[in-house]
Amino acid sequence: MIRHIAARLALIPVILFGVITLLFVIFKTIPGDEAALMAGATATQAEIDATRHQLGLDRPVLTQFTDRLLGLTHGDLGYSSTFRGNPLPRILERVPATLALTACAIGLTILVGIPAGAVAAALHDRWPDLAISSVVVAFLAVPNFFLGLMLIAAFSVELRWLPGFGFNGVLSLVMPSLALSARLIAVIARLTRGLMIEESRRNYVRTALAKGLSETRVLWKHVLRNALIPIITAIGLEAGYLLGGSVVVERLFAWPGIGDLLLNAVGVRDYSLVQGITILFVVGFLLINLLVEVLFVLANPRLRDA
Amino acid sequence: MPERRSNRFLWIGATLLCGFVFLAVLGPEIAPEDADRQDLLALLQPPGADHWFGTDPIGRDILSRIIVGTRVTLTVALVPVALAGLLGVLLGLLAGYFGGLVDRLLMALVDLLLTIPSLVLAIAMVAAVGANLTGLTAAITLASTPPLARLVRGRVRELREEDFVAAAISVGMRQRRVLWRHVLPNAFSLIVIQLSLMAGQAVLVASALGFLGLGVQPPAPEWGSMLGASREYIEVAPHVVFASGGAIALLVFAFNMLGDGLRDWLDPNQT
Repeated sequence: MIRHIAARLALIPVILFGVITLLFVIFKTIPGDEAALMAGATATQAEIDATRHQLGLDRPVLTQFTDRLLGLTHGDLGYSSTFRGNPLPRILERVPATLALTACAIGLTILVGIPAGAVAAALHDRWPDLAISSVVVAFLAVPNFFLGLMLIAAFSVELRWLPGFGFNGVLSLVMPSLALSARLIAVIARLTRGLMIEESRRNYVRTALAKGLSETRVLWKHVLRNALIPIITAIGLEAGYLLGGSVVVERLFAWPGIGDLLLNAVGVRDYSLVQGITILFVVGFLLINLLVEVLFVLANPRLRDA
Repeated sequence: MPERRSNRFLWIGATLLCGFVFLAVLGPEIAPEDADRQDLLALLQPPGADHWFGTDPIGRDILSRIIVGTRVTLTVALVPVALAGLLGVLLGLLAGYFGGLVDRLLMALVDLLLTIPSLVLAIAMVAAVGANLTGLTAAITLASTPPLARLVRGRVRELREEDFVAAAISVGMRQRRVLWRHVLPNAFSLIVIQLSLMAGQAVLVASALGFLGLGVQPPAPEWGSMLGASREYIEVAPHVVFASGGAIALLVFAFNMLGDGLRDWLDPNQT
């Protein structure tokens, strides 16, 4: 198992190199003069040239690329016009807010999605199943920003129970993480339901019931446990949605995370900030999937010694 | 038993989509008012007899804007899906059928793109190209191609091992003809199902970009940007967000139903 995880870890720098190269190519091939943008609208040609020289944009593209890679190896993301220098420290100080939001969303997904699916499977084709399945269909269609707005309208404008924006205290986490996780809850509930219905038709379930074990015990201890592996995989696959969705949710709730910073960077065309945050999102995606891999091995005893 | 259920999904999805296409084609003719006409004496009116869905912050009739906006909302989602469909199927066919170095290079690129969360990738593309129609189309196309390419490649690899493909090659059929006549038709149902589910996702991404101000720019009545432009009025007039949000949800629901229905109909073995 350790060897397997180590192999995964070793792959991360390779993937990051690929992503950095890809982003470099995308941003270099776009039309437009980066130096003119940085220097500002009122800059003279001489000032633009000076900016170009200062940023090293007048050197060969290949030199720029190797310099960028060298810079990244010791944490230099390049010159950000927003922060007038390397933006890494300013990005990192916003990471905890995004981390809290996504962790809460994953937690909600597991705590709500799996039990909801299990209940629907246990009461297959009866009214609780129909109710849960209808909510699932709705959650799969409603955009997260609309759901967030409806939550704000209900709980902070009408009822005044929860703060509508900002990151201060546990209460402020409720609505953003709910808006972010709704789709994921639906995906996981639907998957859990399907897997458990399929699993409960197996012979070992009939044997366990024939032995006199109670139905609830068989369902929660045996059927659910066997369904857990594909569920864990699905959470890893949907992690990308979660991170992308956090950008929208952060903007909606004025959440001080890296997604909000990304949108500010796009607004002022701060390309090194955009690329830096994108790379950080990829790191987040890879780390979540590594975590999923560990859980996967833990949930599957057959892989533990491999 | 499963057949009846699948038909129901398919019918719900197809009927709703017919309705949306109808609005997209005839929108400006059947809208009760001019979608851009501002009535400064009727700002933020709640829903009522004059304005069924109320009016927006500058006094435009929300119902008319939703109806007229169907065309632009569908276009910004479906054009990228069509492009991603062509690109994804082509890449998947090439990688899956020829294998070897082509396969490894293409799939390395696809896997790389898959590690970037699709909405983040779309936002980065808009940042690079600009918040205009080209940028939006490029962004959604780039974000939706990789999963399709991966899926098609997997199916094609399965099909390549089938006896009928081996038979076609052994009687001397040319590669291109084998691909076109034997491999592609057998991957077809998978592609159709996936395209329909991708369309729902594309609506969500396009409207999210619109909501963030990075998609279709106002005053064009794209639903996501309508929602984004009016969201600060939610405290005084919550109705301003309901119509556009509900319209997006209904459109995504329609595509999801169509996809699920098609899956049950065309591919009964897979759940």
